[in-house]
Amino acid sequence: MLHERELKVFVDGTTHFFEVAAEQPASIGSPYLMGEPLALHEYSGVIEVSGRREGVVCFTAPKTMLAVMLMKMHETDFGHETMRDLVGEVANTISGNARRNFGNDFRISPPHVLCGDTPPIEPRPGARTFVIPIHWRSHSAKLVVALS
Amino acid sequence: MNAAIDPTLKLLIVDDSNIVRRRVERSQRFDRLRLVGSAANGVEALALFSRTDPDVVTMDLTMPQMDGIECIRRMVAVKPSVRILVISALADKATAIEAMACGANGFLNKPFTERQLNEALAELLR
Repeated sequence: MLHERELKVFVDGTTHFFEVAAEQPASIGSPYLMGEPLALHEYSGVIEVSGRREGVVCFTAPKTMLAVMLMKMHETDFGHETMRDLVGEVANTISGNARRNFGNDFRISPPHVLCGDTPPIEPRPGARTFVIPIHWRSHSAKLVVALS
Repeated sequence: MNAAIDPTLKLLIVDDSNIVRRRVERSQRFDRLRLVGSAANGVEALALFSRTDPDVVTMDLTMPQMDGIECIRRMVAVKPSVRILVISALADKATAIEAMACGANGFLNKPFTERQLNEALAELLR
């Protein structure tokens, strides 16, 4: 079973990105267990985990939130590729933070990005899938941790 | 301009993220650095490296086609004096040590603030 401290590493990786890159801390909402398929926002960064844990970690965010983050980062390009790039960088930060904390126990893939109409995330059989709301300014994203 | 009297150092930026490349391009240290190229992967970076002969390189590690570690190895083999700042989210000790052992001169964690970037570049140029 996934331990709380392991979950915290993924949450910290996510909030760290907001605090440093977007210069304003994010807050987290109450985590809940995903019981049914979860619709993704427009852009999602996904990392696959293997080794001591198996599964995926996904950061999914609406376009409006990413646009404001880009503004805070002094970006002037708000196009599709830049949005993709941004969720990829958030996932990259989550991945790097997990690698630093878990070492070789966790093998973590380079992030890949999903966008547009993507199928909802299904609960993983045999795994408890946690959804952690990430609030930043007036926007909300989600961190999904599905590891067994 | 005659390179012998050019006070600036030539900078090559290597990162598969457009956002990171542009952030480095905007760096305030540009009074001492002159951008000569940006590359999104290791293969592109090596081609630009031989064409532009940079003095300073900022290097991502996780990139398609050829990763940053291999790219550092090849660049240092060609030009041992090149100064390389690794900018990566892979901030575990083993990765940092491997990058330094291959010839990198500094390591900056992603994400970074403008101040952290400037300090890392200043340290690299010291």
